[in-house]
Amino acid sequence: MENDIGLWGVPLAILGGAIRVSTPFIFVSLGEAVTERSGRINLGLEGTLVFGAMAAYAIAVETGSPWAGVLAAMVAGAGFGLLHGWICSFPRVNDIAVGIALMLFGIGIAFFFGKPYIQPSAPNLPAIPLGDWSSLPQVRAALNVNVLFLLGAVLAVALWWAFKNTKIGLIVRVVGDSADSARAMGLSPTAVRLFATAFGGALAAIGGAYLSLYYPGSWNERISSGQGLMAVALVIFARWNPLGCFAAAMLFGGAGALGPALQSVGVTQGYYLFYAAPYILTLLIMIATSSPGRQLAGAPGELSITK
Amino acid sequence: MADMTASDVPAPLAPPRLSGALAFAARRAEGIVIPLAALIAGMAVFSLFLLALGKSPAQFFELMWRGGFGSWFSVQNALLRATPLLFAALCVALPARLGLTVIGGEGAIVLGGVAAAAFGHWLSGLPSPIVIFAMGLAAMIAGGIWIGAVGALRHYRAVNETISSLLMAYIAIALMNQLVEGPLRDPASLNKPSTHPLDAAYRIGPIPGMDVHWGLAVGVIACVACWVLIDKTRWGFAARVAGGNVRAAQIQGLAVGPLIVGFCALAGALAGLAGMFEVASVQGTANASLAIGYGYAGILVAFLARQNPLGCIPVAFLLGGIAAAGGLIQRRMGLPDATILVLQGMLFIVVLMSDTLYGRFKVFNPDRWKRAG
Repeated sequence: MENDIGLWGVPLAILGGAIRVSTPFIFVSLGEAVTERSGRINLGLEGTLVFGAMAAYAIAVETGSPWAGVLAAMVAGAGFGLLHGWICSFPRVNDIAVGIALMLFGIGIAFFFGKPYIQPSAPNLPAIPLGDWSSLPQVRAALNVNVLFLLGAVLAVALWWAFKNTKIGLIVRVVGDSADSARAMGLSPTAVRLFATAFGGALAAIGGAYLSLYYPGSWNERISSGQGLMAVALVIFARWNPLGCFAAAMLFGGAGALGPALQSVGVTQGYYLFYAAPYILTLLIMIATSSPGRQLAGAPGELSITK
Repeated sequence: MADMTASDVPAPLAPPRLSGALAFAARRAEGIVIPLAALIAGMAVFSLFLLALGKSPAQFFELMWRGGFGSWFSVQNALLRATPLLFAALCVALPARLGLTVIGGEGAIVLGGVAAAAFGHWLSGLPSPIVIFAMGLAAMIAGGIWIGAVGALRHYRAVNETISSLLMAYIAIALMNQLVEGPLRDPASLNKPSTHPLDAAYRIGPIPGMDVHWGLAVGVIACVACWVLIDKTRWGFAARVAGGNVRAAQIQGLAVGPLIVGFCALAGALAGLAGMFEVASVQGTANASLAIGYGYAGILVAFLARQNPLGCIPVAFLLGGIAAAGGLIQRRMGLPDATILVLQGMLFIVVLMSDTLYGRFKVFNPDRWKRAG
């Protein structure tokens, strides 16, 4: 058979899978990076992601336009972020606990409103066939890249640049490193964190929209397998650097694609353990990069999770 | 200081007994009144949500009362659902005393259930007390290792326990799926892969006089024991010191590492017991039904109870009753099954918001009552 490329199919499938699977990680981790840079952690992004997936799917079904779905998800996600930021602006309220509550709330309310949308099918987001130069169907499949992936890549570079070179980037960093100096500069840490959390929520919801509108491309109650949460760990691994977030997301995507890729060449043993590969990888990375003796390099000074 | 005589020490003001009691009551009342008020506020927010959907909150709460609390039948149903929540809540409340937010109890529950089912199958033929004891022990060890590892990673590697425990929960569920679909699978379980069903002799039956299994009694005892451990023993005291300030605790010579790992392992062991009772008393086998969110509901119970093990008992009963009424509410009001999740989420958010109220009300200040006396 001419098209049979044997075991070469595995790395190719992992590459294609990494591109497909990584997109939600890219958006959630970029959003969380901005939130954490402002000195607050939002663990509720898992709930935001699930609600974003539901909202995008529902609006895409109702309007026939997947992009309207993505927009609706962004609005909803920003709303969740504002809620988190607002609750955390009260004194003595713990941002980690609020994140857990919003995670459960977001998932619950997504299931609540999403029930009627499990059956109907929504239009998918478009993909760009970057592999048309090749005659191999495996290469074409691997390089069929969704528009959101490319947007995510652009956004990673843009955020990296903005943190370094823009006034807004500087404001977010100052607030994240020392609320006292920010106040001395006449900035309101509460307001900056509110917007940073809303921004993070909007991006996380785009990640959810990608799940329901492209890959796997349907809405159901098992749509997310913890991407929203893993992304939070990934931001720490990426040292709060947007470019690092992109690279780490690709790594995670590859790990997530390992199981299906091996299955495609006939390895079925231990399927569920391969399915757990991203979680195990996340945990190993956290173990390898944390240290009890010193604060993490690049950590925002006000971040509760690394204090 | 050396030349200070007894007469120099200001004599403590001897407050009348009544004002002392009032001061004590005021201090305790804050921790009861504020959560109750938050609970009511959360229900009010949920009522607005129902009104916005054109549903009747009155009907909702009437059904909730009927399905969860109104009759002996529904109370038993509530207690049955409260049982795993007791253990799951302790899995959050114990580490919380050390300042740790562990939210991966689900993983320990799942592995505890699988371990219990495996030992129940492997040891079949032995006398039932031995097998049941071994099942409980296996469940506690499995859960204890799982959450103990979270504590160890926290202390020795500074890995954030909130994230690591949740990752460990996902890994535990994958491990369960692997075991239940592979080495531990009962070939007779076709549609829903499960372990071999437990022999009837090794099932744990109901408490005499009710339809609720012994897990409830064990859970309540565990809550009381944990309260004693935290409030009345030196380990509990050490844990609270370490939870307040790790460095201060280390300067005091407390072994913070073993303390953290020990409390986390105990927390996981208790969550493992929840899985064991699910298998031995409810399901009769271990399968994906073990991971239906008890661990997550337990987080809510612990936070509502303000991480107090005794408080977990009434709160678990309350949430168990709400869950028990879920089916009735679904059928009568045409609401989706996620309605209960929405209510839980709203309660959780409002209760956390109420954290900001502590210390704001003069009524709860003991000094005020002392002076008044």
